[in-house]
Amino acid sequence: MMRFILPFVLFVILSVFLYRGLGRDTAEIPSPLVGKAAPAFVLPLLHEPAKQFASKEMLGKVWLLNVWASWCSSCKDEHPLLMNFSQQHIVPVVGMDYKDKPVDGNETLKAAGDPYNLVVSDIDGSVGFNFGVYGVPETYVIDKQGIIRYKLIGPVTPQNLQKTILPMVARLQAQ
Amino acid sequence: MKPRQKRALFIIVGIAAVGLAVGLVLNALKDNVSLYFTPTQVYNKEAPQNRNFRIGGLVEAGSVKREKDGLTVHFMITDLKRSLPVVYKGILPDLFKEGKGVVAQGKMEADGQMHVSEVLAKHDENYMPPEAKDALKRAAAPQVVAPVAK
Amino acid sequence: MIPELGHFSLIIALFLGMILGVLPILGAARNNSVLMGVARPLAYGQFVFVSLAFSALAYAFLANDFSVLYVAEHSNSHLPGQYRFAAIWGGHEGSLLLWALFLSVWTAAVAIFSRHLPEEMVARVLGVMGLISVGFIMFMLFTSSPFTRLLPAAADGQDLNPLLQDPGLVIHPPMLYMGYVGFSVAYAFAISALLGGKLDATWARWSRPWTTVAWVFMTIGIMLGSGWAYYELGWGGWWFWDPVENASFMPWLLGTALIHSLAVTEKRGAFKSWTVLLAIGAFSLSLLGTFLVRSGVLTSVHSFAADPKRGIFILSFLVLVIGASLLLFAWRAPKVGLGGKFDILSRESLLLSNNVLLSVASASVFIGTLYPLFMDALGYGKLSVGPPYFEAVFVPLMIPMVFMMGLGPLARWKKMSVPDLARRVQWGFASALVLALILPLSMGRFLSLESNKFSAMVVLGLLMAFWIIASLVISLKQRWSGQGTFMARVRRQSMSYYGMQAAHLGMAIFIIGVTLVKGYETERDVRMNVGDTVMAGGFEFRFKGVTQTAGPNYTASTGHVLVYQDGRSLGELLPEKRQYNASGMPMTDASIQPGVFRDLYVSLGEPISESDGAWAVRVYIKPFVDWIWAGCLLMGLGGILAVSDRRYRIHKKAVLATAPQSSIHI
Repeated sequence: MMRFILPFVLFVILSVFLYRGLGRDTAEIPSPLVGKAAPAFVLPLLHEPAKQFASKEMLGKVWLLNVWASWCSSCKDEHPLLMNFSQQHIVPVVGMDYKDKPVDGNETLKAAGDPYNLVVSDIDGSVGFNFGVYGVPETYVIDKQGIIRYKLIGPVTPQNLQKTILPMVARLQAQ
Repeated sequence: MKPRQKRALFIIVGIAAVGLAVGLVLNALKDNVSLYFTPTQVYNKEAPQNRNFRIGGLVEAGSVKREKDGLTVHFMITDLKRSLPVVYKGILPDLFKEGKGVVAQGKMEADGQMHVSEVLAKHDENYMPPEAKDALKRAAAPQVVAPVAK
Repeated sequence: MIPELGHFSLIIALFLGMILGVLPILGAARNNSVLMGVARPLAYGQFVFVSLAFSALAYAFLANDFSVLYVAEHSNSHLPGQYRFAAIWGGHEGSLLLWALFLSVWTAAVAIFSRHLPEEMVARVLGVMGLISVGFIMFMLFTSSPFTRLLPAAADGQDLNPLLQDPGLVIHPPMLYMGYVGFSVAYAFAISALLGGKLDATWARWSRPWTTVAWVFMTIGIMLGSGWAYYELGWGGWWFWDPVENASFMPWLLGTALIHSLAVTEKRGAFKSWTVLLAIGAFSLSLLGTFLVRSGVLTSVHSFAADPKRGIFILSFLVLVIGASLLLFAWRAPKVGLGGKFDILSRESLLLSNNVLLSVASASVFIGTLYPLFMDALGYGKLSVGPPYFEAVFVPLMIPMVFMMGLGPLARWKKMSVPDLARRVQWGFASALVLALILPLSMGRFLSLESNKFSAMVVLGLLMAFWIIASLVISLKQRWSGQGTFMARVRRQSMSYYGMQAAHLGMAIFIIGVTLVKGYETERDVRMNVGDTVMAGGFEFRFKGVTQTAGPNYTASTGHVLVYQDGRSLGELLPEKRQYNASGMPMTDASIQPGVFRDLYVSLGEPISESDGAWAVRVYIKPFVDWIWAGCLLMGLGGILAVSDRRYRIHKKAVLATAPQSSIHI
């Protein structure tokens, strides 16, 4: 009798929707910059404010941009991991000291160690704004063409480093 | 009444009831669904004019300003391409912060600002179990703006 | 070491569940009593090992073992002891373990209290529950073990979410889970009846008390959740129609339909296949609720998508359990037959209509909850469905339901006479109508509002509530008439009759609470300087400023608000704005002065000016709001009374076979 199979048919249709709904976020706001070119910038170095660094110099290389600040407490959580990571020389890490006084930034690195290949200082946060920084720390994976491939909001952890960032870096470097 | 007639009547009543319910549901859905838009879409005039909709984005740093009454708040919601001025009257949720994610519901008015009646702050500080996330969402969401005494 | 033991116990429990899910069902099919006989010992064994696993996790929490990842994520050494225990179910992995624990508790309970059931029935029921436990324990072991180690160990934990640090949360999830899992018993009975091909009145009688107990847990669980939201979330709402709440409300609605439908199946042998479908549906919705909450499919405003692996696992489990049972239903139900005949106007038809309305209500909640998902999956863009949708659909469905709820207990089985019934209820209905029209006229003064408000919704709400009460009075008057002393006449009625009436009265009280709080509440958001006063609903609130206080694991700004009515002091309210140390999360803690006729509710918004200490303050007067929860409590009590009915304790088959003719049990 048909009517007894009706509940089953309805349920099958529902399951299809549930399956398609998996992994979706009905209210997700896609990060507008992932997959787009990283905003180009020229900023003074934190250690030697007289010298400047232009993001163009990194073209042809896969690199990480790590946005941090001396006033940011969760940056201290990720710091030991970054120290350890930078010693492996897998990928260059550029630090961006965001909305911070250079004096404070320098002091923090002196006390805790400097994991960065170089550090720029974005005193007024204008470059950070272009990147869409909204919670420090943030980490960007940028490929050889200067395109942002991944954006991590919040501290780097052993899990997201091993599972997401490193595989992505390896893939991009192989291209 | 014969059993067959009885049966037919049952079926007719049943179908009528279900039809009524479907009508109710469709009608209610028509009026109470709000679509999500981004500030860029609003800028491109893709958002409805005389209808509530939801806007998602970040609270632009440095944009939050209070009027003298202490309860009317002006701020900008940005998707990092375009920013939309927003007015809200009432108590903001605990997690509302400059530079953090926000979802607001309201209508565009003639003054070019979006007048919102509901502000939900996004929580993305750390991992939460779904119940807690959901509770946070509710905690963060003043649903209706109450009459405000100045 | 202890966490590893816990993990190991879970593995043993999994194997026990696998054996439990196969051998007894096989035994029942082949009529092999040896195979069927292993069901009970296995059920007890599984209970022992799941309890061991749960104790191991409890130990890790109480001993602050931060080398366990789950403990490090959900606890903190400064967390007070009772919350360290409650933190066991403060996250995903632990609440699954609680689910599994309760499932094994229900299974063991069925094993203990089923001595009078036929052996193959017990074997099948326990077997089906064993299969469900296999799914859940596998889910835990493969995707979300609470015993995973964190090496090196964390120095301290990240703390339990501040919102969850509340006595309400200590008991709300366990109650709700007991309800969710409890429906698995009704489900298991239905499936074993389908498997055995014997769907008769006795099947309904056996599964009734179990279903009612599960329903009671669920009712109380939902009530606690709603109460918790009211006093903990800081803006005075008690129901939000959000996905997590709906996830528990849908199975409740279907469970309520099931209780009533089981009554008809037991008494009259009617609706058999419908009852089976409801039993499958109630448990399926419990599982679906778990899926919706766990998979992150619907936790819309949050940016953290849950682990998709988990989603896939639960979805597969869901498809397997629900799909298989619906197929089994499609295969077996046609043989069941429709059962007893009844007229278009009879108690059966009233109950059937109520069933349909409850199911449709459940379906409408379902559609509203999943609509954003459907539209997104079909590419129509992202949207949200607001609370007005649910109110617009729900209220019109509930009005005829409540009307029939009053008629049902008065109507006769099989065939009722409309003129006779109308004569019996006419005075009851008339007085309910008059009271509902008059009461709003004086409500304003009674609640010391500025003016009387008279709205159609209030009249309608009160009419529904008084109608239920009137029908209850009529019914009691009939039942208590006759020979003997008053006490003897009272005692002559069964407990399940009183249980039904108590639950219906609870519904009336609930409706009164909802109607009056919606109709007469006063809400004010104001800016208050130190020394300012604000008038709200005849009460005067004076803001004396904010002091800083420290809790065990947080610091707080405590507002001091004095309340006066007609110049008389009603005391001080102390709302808090807390900042939790470990997570840095802010939290609003409202201060409430509860009362039978109104709650005074004050919560702090945000500081507006540092210099003069002005704050944004929320001031609410909530008339009759506590009646909402009192009503739910009474519904739960009704369920307990119904279960305590004597006939459930008489285990002789001879007695079971003859259904009492005169008394009416719903």
